[in-house]
Amino acid sequence: MKELIDRLKKIVGERFVSAESEERYLYSMDMGTMPPSVPDLVVMPGSTEEVSKIIRLANEYKVPVVPMGGGLVLSGLTRALKGGMILDMKRMNRITEVNPKSRYAVVEGGTSEGMLQAYLKKHHPELKHSLPDAPPIATLAGNVCIHGSGHLSVLGGYHSDMLNGMEVVLPTGEVVRTGSCSVSSDWFGKAPLPDLSGLFMGWAGTTGVVTRLGIKLYPNYRYSDLLIFVCEDAEDMPDVISRLTSTQVAEDMTPWMTPIPEWAKGFMHINIAYGAHSKEELTFKRNLLQMSVKEYKDKKIGGFLPMPPPQKARYMQIPTPDLVRFADVRKGGGFEYVGAIMAIEHFAEAYRAGVEIAERNDVSYSMGARVVGAGHSMMFFYAYAFNRADKEDMARAQRALEETNAAALEMGGIPWKAELPAQQQIIEKMAPDTFALMNRIRETLDPNHIMNPGNWERT
Amino acid sequence: MKHEEILHRCFRCGYCKLPSNYTDINCPAYQAFRFETYSPGGRMWLLRAWLNDEITNSKRFAEIMFSCSACGNCVEQCAFPKFKELLLEVFTAGKEAFLDAGQVPAPVRDYLTKIQLHGNPYGKPGKKRPEWAADLGIEPFSDQEYLFFVDDVGAYDTRGQEIARSVAGILQQAGISFGILSGEEVSDGNDVLAIGETPLFEELARKNIDVFNQKGVKKIITLSPHSLHALKNHYPGLGGNYQVSHYTQLLAFSMGKLKLREKGTKPCITFHDPCYLGRHNWDYQSPRMILKALPGASVVEMDRNQKNAFCCGGGGGNFFTDILSAEEDSPGRVRAREAARTGAELLAVACPMCAVMLEDAAKVEGLENRLQVREVSEIMAEYLVDG
Amino acid sequence: MEEIKFDPEICNQCETVDCLMKCQYIDFADVAEAKTEKLKINAGEHSRVLDECLTCYACQEYCPYDNNPFYLLVERQEQLGLLPAPTPIVTEQLKMMGPKGRIQNEAVSPPVVNMCAFPMLTGCVRGKLFEGASVIVGTDIFCNIMWLHFAKNSTIKERVPQMIDNIMNYYLKDSGVEEMICFHDECYGTYTSVAPAYGIEVPFKPVHLFDYINHRLDELADLITPLNVKIAYQRPCSNRLIPQTDLVLDEILKKIGAERVPRTYDRETALCCGGVPRAHQRDNLADELVEKNINDMLDVGATYCIFNCPFCMATLGQEVAENGIMPILISDLVQMALGE
Repeated sequence: MKELIDRLKKIVGERFVSAESEERYLYSMDMGTMPPSVPDLVVMPGSTEEVSKIIRLANEYKVPVVPMGGGLVLSGLTRALKGGMILDMKRMNRITEVNPKSRYAVVEGGTSEGMLQAYLKKHHPELKHSLPDAPPIATLAGNVCIHGSGHLSVLGGYHSDMLNGMEVVLPTGEVVRTGSCSVSSDWFGKAPLPDLSGLFMGWAGTTGVVTRLGIKLYPNYRYSDLLIFVCEDAEDMPDVISRLTSTQVAEDMTPWMTPIPEWAKGFMHINIAYGAHSKEELTFKRNLLQMSVKEYKDKKIGGFLPMPPPQKARYMQIPTPDLVRFADVRKGGGFEYVGAIMAIEHFAEAYRAGVEIAERNDVSYSMGARVVGAGHSMMFFYAYAFNRADKEDMARAQRALEETNAAALEMGGIPWKAELPAQQQIIEKMAPDTFALMNRIRETLDPNHIMNPGNWERT
Repeated sequence: MKHEEILHRCFRCGYCKLPSNYTDINCPAYQAFRFETYSPGGRMWLLRAWLNDEITNSKRFAEIMFSCSACGNCVEQCAFPKFKELLLEVFTAGKEAFLDAGQVPAPVRDYLTKIQLHGNPYGKPGKKRPEWAADLGIEPFSDQEYLFFVDDVGAYDTRGQEIARSVAGILQQAGISFGILSGEEVSDGNDVLAIGETPLFEELARKNIDVFNQKGVKKIITLSPHSLHALKNHYPGLGGNYQVSHYTQLLAFSMGKLKLREKGTKPCITFHDPCYLGRHNWDYQSPRMILKALPGASVVEMDRNQKNAFCCGGGGGNFFTDILSAEEDSPGRVRAREAARTGAELLAVACPMCAVMLEDAAKVEGLENRLQVREVSEIMAEYLVDG
Repeated sequence: MEEIKFDPEICNQCETVDCLMKCQYIDFADVAEAKTEKLKINAGEHSRVLDECLTCYACQEYCPYDNNPFYLLVERQEQLGLLPAPTPIVTEQLKMMGPKGRIQNEAVSPPVVNMCAFPMLTGCVRGKLFEGASVIVGTDIFCNIMWLHFAKNSTIKERVPQMIDNIMNYYLKDSGVEEMICFHDECYGTYTSVAPAYGIEVPFKPVHLFDYINHRLDELADLITPLNVKIAYQRPCSNRLIPQTDLVLDEILKKIGAERVPRTYDRETALCCGGVPRAHQRDNLADELVEKNINDMLDVGATYCIFNCPFCMATLGQEVAENGIMPILISDLVQMALGE
């Protein structure tokens, strides 16, 4: 091990390798409920070349490598399940290109969502990218790799749909490019080539290390607004979502259902964010959205919450710290959620299952969803808060999460960025030949089984 | 440990690492070392693990704790309103626990020992304190309106002394009635307190309070924002109640009394907010009011300014202990590069520690031809018409 | 539960039907049509007025006989199930604004200022103007008059007595305080207009903010520096219930040297801020009201737009500011004149 550490230090510099107990402790877990798994060391590369050298070294020593961005996945995907090294990518945080005409940005693998947001605000105020509801230190690469979604997902789909191409260090150390940048100097998209980006998205870091990526940017509007639709019957939600998305004017649509504060319990809300270049256009878009659900208003069974501008501001903050504050519901610094990607028509069923599971397990919950595309699917989330200092409480949350994963799969959904137990549940339901193909691909890419081993494996 | 009941409530979401506009890492220790362990959230989790006997108080852990410069960015940015105000107190309590357990980095121990023995971290005799004022004709404090309190850096550091002289000169020109002490005083204790050595802080503070009270001091002007913080916010708890202002606060409202001239040049200035004037005492305007009043001068802001300002890395004793030194990732160097990017030719500072830290950093970065680091009073002095 | 105080005979004999003829939002062919509609309302029958009403409270002011036309209208809307807003909007707000039982006994001393359900505005109670004031606030003492906009007289009848009990039992009684200053004039309207009309007893003496300020300005006369500014006043719906206080505002403005410029939409012809129509899902109407208000303020060259109702300010403030007019609460304007 000492020899490996010395050689790593030669690659990245003395300061950026640690096998000290403090780093090994902290990098053994994330904020969710998955038990710790201690790495042997933590390395922080500063360039693609360094990543490549590290990976080659890892092959030489047959040491596992776990790439990590913000480390905020909550489902424990960046734990070193079989020891080895955590590759903390956040030193690689340069924004290398913004193309305002073809609307894309190229960033390094450790660039944070917040940093790109700040950069665009300053240098390209006419552009923006889709931010997830994660804290701003979350990385773009990490979020794209887990098929994240965000505040432009009605407009542009999953963040993996907004990917134009990647530079990836393979598990054997070669540096490959996917998308147009593999042929051209421009990062305009994945077409018309065979889409190799798919080899790295949804794989939980088992197929390579993303060192650079190009993502789509979108027009940033001068004016933006938010509507909050409210109704009481979950059965109405698929139709409401379908009508609202049919207008094709929303950027983001996020239903939310929460028992805290108490007044909100039992009500279905949908935040609908949209923007425009002029006030006239904004009013026009609002009218389109309102007209689409007029029937609900006429029947008096649904409508839009009246909300003066100062109150709206809180709901329009991107990213909003309100979400992480859920961790303090039980004054215990913790929450984890099941985000189940599923078809819209399961909304009511998904909601009922959530209430039932939360009540059965006596956990504090909050539910919601993010509509993806023009109502093409949704990420339905069940968040459970727990007290980190209370083992029993954590176990309760863990039980609720497992039951929720099972329920989501049962209704045809698929847990997103699945924890280890959920990965097993998914593999059980997956077409056997599909899983066999996954294994063949991994075998080819990673003959020494060094990349985040333990994930996407049948136990 | 004090406040240990909130340690587990930190989610480690990382808002504490950034400024509110997310432009770059804004925690000096995390910027320097980049391991999660050095971020405020990391410290919270490590302290909890230590108290739960999951890890020990190793040498590295001590470095992690004492690398905190107490800049207050985490308090400003933490997403949890119910306990964010306590973060720095938690870290101070953590450092205190390390001191109690005898696990202290050597430079920190040296720093504290020197202050303990000599009343200042330079290990120099107290009577040399007023040497900076030689030949300036400043009276010792007797019945003047203000006491001008000069911190350790202003009293003993060559560069600090220049700044102390510059400020005193302007106070004289503004016709402010003030006097200084003759070495009876000791270190303000501000950074000793941030390091968690509370008994030593109290000893220092009591000594100073005794001196102030004996001399009948009512109003104090401080050279350093660190002194401002200690005297204004911590001395009252020990019975020392004075009207305390940083010199920029007093001058901002005395600009009318000073005659300013055109200088012929129109310098572009960027201002670096000192943590103890800004985030700790919410004054972002006084130094800017002064700079903006200088004929022909323009002020440009760095991306991180006011409550988002990035610390020079000198707080929490780090000015003396140098634990935050991290080559090109040292906070001072990062800050100097940020200042240079504004295109300003002057980087104005309002704290002797910031002045030394950033001047050194600009030199190492090879920026001295493009960016001059000057203290606000020094910039101002060039505009004053004598008499 | 008591019926609304109302005398049908007065309406039968009324020749002008001011309550409807003066309405700015519903048109009638002639007095005869208005009277027919009014009599339908009185008789508990359906009238288009019940559907079209903006719930601006103005008819309370227009009626020369104080015959409570608006309170009756709301009663009828509820009886006939004619909710002006979708059910979930109303039920969720009923929960949101309901008493939470979080109130605790607290000693208070005069002046006691009731900040209604606006905890974010307690900072307004400061300085010499409010020297020594005790502030009470929260949904447990919320005046609940807002339900007039949602056909929920039943809620008012149920909650207002509860709120009055809370104010007395948790604050005023034990401290021996008899007066309470209503920062929001909806509260004053509740205790001096709604309560008597609904047969609810009020055991304390409500004091309108304007009366309090006006009196304080006499005491602080030496500190006043006249502002010499032109202000447009956005008169809120609640002031329709207590029009006598509008004259006190004139006295205040005179004392602080602010000119209340005559607007098309002030005093009896004040126009709704647009907040409530949005709750009624009538956004296009709300847009129109906002535009008319703003243009009117610009036309008269106002520098400030002063608000008495925090909700009006929240609704219109941003738009007002974007048009170069400074939105400000009346108490803040007065504090400016006091050099604070």
